[in-house]
Amino acid sequence: MSLHHYEAPIREPLVLGEKSYHDVTEDIVAPILGKANKSWWAIFTIALIAFVWGLGCIVYLISTGIGTWGLNKTIGWAWDITNFVWWVGIGHAGTLISAVLLLFRQKWRMGVNRSAEAMTIFAVVQAGLFPLIHMGRIWLAYWVLPIPNQFGSLWINFNSPLLWDVFAIATYLSISLVFWYTGLLPDFAMVRDRTKNEFQRKIYGILSFGWSGRVKDWQRWEEVHLVLAGLATPLVLSVHTTVSFDFATSVVPGWHSNIYPPYFVAGAVFSGFAMVQTLLIVMRKVLHMEEYITMLHIEYMNKVILVVGGIVSVAYATEYFIAWYSGSEYENYTYLSFGAATGPYWWAFWSLIICNSIAPLFFFIKKVRRNIFITYIIALLINIGMWFERFNIIVVNLSHDRLPSGWAMFSPTFVDIGVFIGTIGFFSVLFLLYARTFPVIPQAEIKSILKSSGEYYKARRAVEGDGAMVLNPGTELPEKYKVGQNVSDKTEVKAIEEILNRIGAYNPEVDTPDDLQKITGLGSIIEKDLNKLGIHTYDQVSKLEEQDYLVIEALIPAFSAETAKTENWAGQALNLKNNKL
Amino acid sequence: MSKVIHAFYTDDDLVLEAVKEARSANYKVREVFCPFPVHGLDKAMGLKPTRLAITSFLYGLAGLAFAIWMTNYMMIVDWPQNIGGKPSFSWWQNMPSFVVVMFELTVFFAGHFMVITFYLRSRIWPFKKAENPDPRTTDDHFLMEVELEGDHDTEEITKFLSSTGAVEINILNE
Repeated sequence: MSLHHYEAPIREPLVLGEKSYHDVTEDIVAPILGKANKSWWAIFTIALIAFVWGLGCIVYLISTGIGTWGLNKTIGWAWDITNFVWWVGIGHAGTLISAVLLLFRQKWRMGVNRSAEAMTIFAVVQAGLFPLIHMGRIWLAYWVLPIPNQFGSLWINFNSPLLWDVFAIATYLSISLVFWYTGLLPDFAMVRDRTKNEFQRKIYGILSFGWSGRVKDWQRWEEVHLVLAGLATPLVLSVHTTVSFDFATSVVPGWHSNIYPPYFVAGAVFSGFAMVQTLLIVMRKVLHMEEYITMLHIEYMNKVILVVGGIVSVAYATEYFIAWYSGSEYENYTYLSFGAATGPYWWAFWSLIICNSIAPLFFFIKKVRRNIFITYIIALLINIGMWFERFNIIVVNLSHDRLPSGWAMFSPTFVDIGVFIGTIGFFSVLFLLYARTFPVIPQAEIKSILKSSGEYYKARRAVEGDGAMVLNPGTELPEKYKVGQNVSDKTEVKAIEEILNRIGAYNPEVDTPDDLQKITGLGSIIEKDLNKLGIHTYDQVSKLEEQDYLVIEALIPAFSAETAKTENWAGQALNLKNNKL
Repeated sequence: MSKVIHAFYTDDDLVLEAVKEARSANYKVREVFCPFPVHGLDKAMGLKPTRLAITSFLYGLAGLAFAIWMTNYMMIVDWPQNIGGKPSFSWWQNMPSFVVVMFELTVFFAGHFMVITFYLRSRIWPFKKAENPDPRTTDDHFLMEVELEGDHDTEEITKFLSSTGAVEINILNE
């Protein structure tokens, strides 16, 4: 009568240790109720300094003009758009984990989805800063919105991919935020009810929107999650597709490319998962979440990295081939070409190839996939490589114009570097604050998979049989649900006693149990249940009569009197008993 | 005076079974407060499936219609311009430029208005006071609320509830 889907015991558990529901609560609320340690304050201070430095650079930039960037006549886009695409790409893993994996019913997403979604939102916030800054007059940013202006009325241009970006990223950011927040409501309610601090209770009470956990609320909550996942899946694919249109709809050699949309999406997932690894490997250690974010989670994510890394590499090879095959001399300067590999930007070309195409190949080795240190190094390399991918697409493609007189190199100023470092600082500040104040694991969802995927429950089922009712540790099974006693008037219990009197009781000190599974049609589940009734030997089974089958059927859900009769279990048992002698 | 019984359980399988048994014994199960979603509990309580997905579909259609109206009004009707030679005289011929915006607004409307509907229907919003009767129901306790009308034998129901595995039973007057 267990309502939890049976999961094959050969699958590794997703939650380690002997955990009751209460233990899960305690583990996840601990970092919120506890105090930050010194290393948190140290990292937070560094991140805050980087953020403030970046903020200073932005203020200087906006008050002086974008001439403070290192742009020149040939290279009109550089670090700003590189950083923009890099951050948007990173912001893809969260929704991919929470939406796509939810649709595919991948339970392992529950260990990592909360933090991945947080990372998504924080990364998209960083991404959004760059186009705003690049406008130069940031106070006129509202001009990108479809609102009438004083010119009576000149509207925004819906033919422009840059405007499509506004819609795509605004929708993505807001839908991701709502998806994340709705999932957080029950967990905020959990914190609200745990804390003893009056101020904290008030804050989490407001944040939880008064969540009470009624059955109808949960029903709606699950439906909303499913529908949002269905909406967010095409949405996440559309965002980087739209970003790639910024380039693909132009006529610059190297940008004007048909494979950009799928290739950009794969690249985004690639960099997003690398960033999730970078953050979670540290977070699970610092917050003691190793039992929820296990080696299995890390290995699964490494497998995703391996697959999308392969897709990205195939895209690189295609770009390289097409640039050569076109026979056009202009194409020989595009970012994936012989000209780029041997030209002045050779170092950017090879950084891209080594970090994105070669480094992830090590994940073909299982030992590497399950090695935290190497995973961390490779994830960092991919983060760097994906930055170079965008840098190469933008700067390398622009650097060699159609006229050699226009050829130029780009060198960043301190403002370029400062703004980029600043966004890394801002992102880290947000993530560090999140890790201290939010339930970093979706505890409600983890509790709902605990019985099917928890290590303790899997071990219990291996012993007690798949049909056994395994309860939350500390909960006692009421008398009437115990096998052999799940019929309230207990007539069957009396009947089984009579049967045992007739066929002979099993005495563990004298008798040895037989392998009842040798009987055709009798499987491991029925065997375990029969054992619980006190039937262990061929001798006992051979003495069973037809009306006994009916009594047993009433007691054991998996037992069928019809099968027992047609397969003649008593006769089979008699043969087995005689053969044994 | 009617009475309400709060029965606490510490396992999801047990509370599901208890709801089924209580309902078949003709007790009125008013509400169950759960720390996490228990599959099948809505059916066991006799709740109808939610229609939020249908509302989301309708909101999505509204979003699509809005996007079509907006692009047509702004680009074709109100101020047509020649932008890179793209057809500014016919919405249909200019439509490929609007696909992204149409898609995004469909998703925007479908997602946000469904969530707003959910918040309003479930009556949750900022500064709303929580209504779970016991703080343990967000941790590991399941609270089944059984309504008793008239002179019910509280002894009998207490016995019945403990036989289904209730760890704590409170009787309240309403």
